[in-house]
Amino acid sequence: MDGSTFRTRLRAVREPRGFTPLLAVAACVPAVVAVAAMGSDILRDTRFFGSNPIKHGEHFLGDWTLRFLLLTLAVTPVRQLTGWNWLAKHRRTLGLFAFAYVMLHWLTYALLDVQLDWGDLTKDLAKRPYIMIGMAGLVCMMPLALTSTKGMIRRLGGARWNRLHRLAYVVPVLGTIHFWMSVKKDVTEPLLYALGFAVLFAWRLARRSRRAAAAPA
Amino acid sequence: MLIRRADDLRSSDTTPESLYLNRRDFLAAAGLLGAGLVAGFAPRDAGAMQEPQAVGKPFGLQPDDKPTPWKDVTGYNNFYEFGTGKEDPAEYAKGFVPRPWTVQVDGLVAKSGQYQLEDFLKPSAVEDRIYRHRCVEAWSMVIPWRGIPLADVLKRAQPSSQAKFVEFTTLYDPKRMPGQRSGVLPWPYVEGLRLDEAMHPLTLLATGVYGRDLPNQNGAPLRLVVPWKYGFKGIKSIVRIRLVDKQPRNTWNEANPQEYGFYSNVNPEVDHPRWSQAKERRIGEFLRRPTLMFNGYKDQVASLYAGMDLRKNF
Ligand code: HEM
Repeated sequence: MDGSTFRTRLRAVREPRGFTPLLAVAACVPAVVAVAAMGSDILRDTRFFGSNPIKHGEHFLGDWTLRFLLLTLAVTPVRQLTGWNWLAKHRRTLGLFAFAYVMLHWLTYALLDVQLDWGDLTKDLAKRPYIMIGMAGLVCMMPLALTSTKGMIRRLGGARWNRLHRLAYVVPVLGTIHFWMSVKKDVTEPLLYALGFAVLFAWRLARRSRRAAAAPA
Repeated sequence: MLIRRADDLRSSDTTPESLYLNRRDFLAAAGLLGAGLVAGFAPRDAGAMQEPQAVGKPFGLQPDDKPTPWKDVTGYNNFYEFGTGKEDPAEYAKGFVPRPWTVQVDGLVAKSGQYQLEDFLKPSAVEDRIYRHRCVEAWSMVIPWRGIPLADVLKRAQPSSQAKFVEFTTLYDPKRMPGQRSGVLPWPYVEGLRLDEAMHPLTLLATGVYGRDLPNQNGAPLRLVVPWKYGFKGIKSIVRIRLVDKQPRNTWNEANPQEYGFYSNVNPEVDHPRWSQAKERRIGEFLRRPTLMFNGYKDQVASLYAGMDLRKNF
């Protein structure tokens, strides 16, 4: 099969039936696993999440936050590469799941790890740069989640909405720095996420400069 | 004698191991099925009958301190020579054979020498002692160690009057310790104690836990235990003990001097830059506990640090 027929065939792939609910269910799986495993480990003394289930769960949910951010930012490049324009509408779902996961990550931290010790919560936020940066990431995601509805897009107007939603590029940077700073010594994983985001950003920059070059002066 | 932990476990711990496998399968299934997970499975103390019994004399335990289950003591470890994840050491140290093993004692001593482990241990009476253990990462355990007082070994070597510190070195053998093939830490791992800390009767050279030989992931065949210091001071798989006149290097301090000091005494009032040290999570418990000064060994060791600024000498 030569390149062009492959591309044509690829482009012809349409949205599988039931993709929307399937995506939503799949995206819930890690959250269900995390809540169930932590719940069982704490209440029933199991070890689904190892010997330190709260730490494990906190990390697990932080990891899934970054994974959903990666998926969200991957939608556009994948769509452009494959021509699957039907992917575009799922970007919002993925972004909202990233927000849901960071909230679960934060709840695990605040409720289970620090156990609502206000002294520790405020001290962490004031004194510990990795917590500050993580919090900045979470705060940046809030307006994005709040303005994700059709109604809000209409009310803000496309241009303003687009400008606001450029925060979606800031969040992964903050999240990756936060992860990087949280590890004791082995930075392999944060490095891999950094590379992933770098590729996704580079794709956009390259496309933009190509388009700028192609545009008539 | 060879330590072959896997076989060892299979013969004596059949039930817990199968439960463990069950749990793995179950976790995988949970990924597919999602809900319905909370229905109970293998509670933490299931198979407690088959678990080795905690043996030993308690040292400095609080009234509510209970030995941490064998599964956690031998399954949740920091031992970067076998990987940086907490479950890595148990997995990647399986094939490690800590025999034959020689220990070198040298430096500022009258009697230096290189000893086969058996000969090194023979002159001392092995003791079982239950100690509190506090990791710098704010989790803790209660561990029934087996070992000999470090002071025994040092006295036999006869430190000279210039000897002020003791330096310890872990085996360097990237073939057998896969973690050493990466550059996460400068290898080999080194640690140090002031001579008076090393001579303290609580300081132990451990050869076992739960009345058994040390599992590889816990630092077989010989490791240091200093119960009033953060766990990373407890250097594992020791091959060299050297008496010196200057404060030795210690690996975590070299890797990150802002965060890890030489003394590393457990101290709830001196925070780690990235987390508070005021509280700790006891493995197996939900609510955090307050961390105790010198990890609960204040009466025994505070005098070693009289007049010292513990904030500066963290
Ligand atoms: C965009 C937002 C965030 C992202 C992407 C994120 C991601 C992560 C990741 C990937 C980890 C490490 C997981 C691992 O080691 O496998 C982590 C750890 C952690 N995060 Fe976040 N996080 C975010 C926000 C927050 C917030 C708002 C808080 C709390 C205020 C927080 C608290 C923590 C804590 C306490 C740890 C564990 C550190 C440790 O155990 O050493 N994070 N986070």
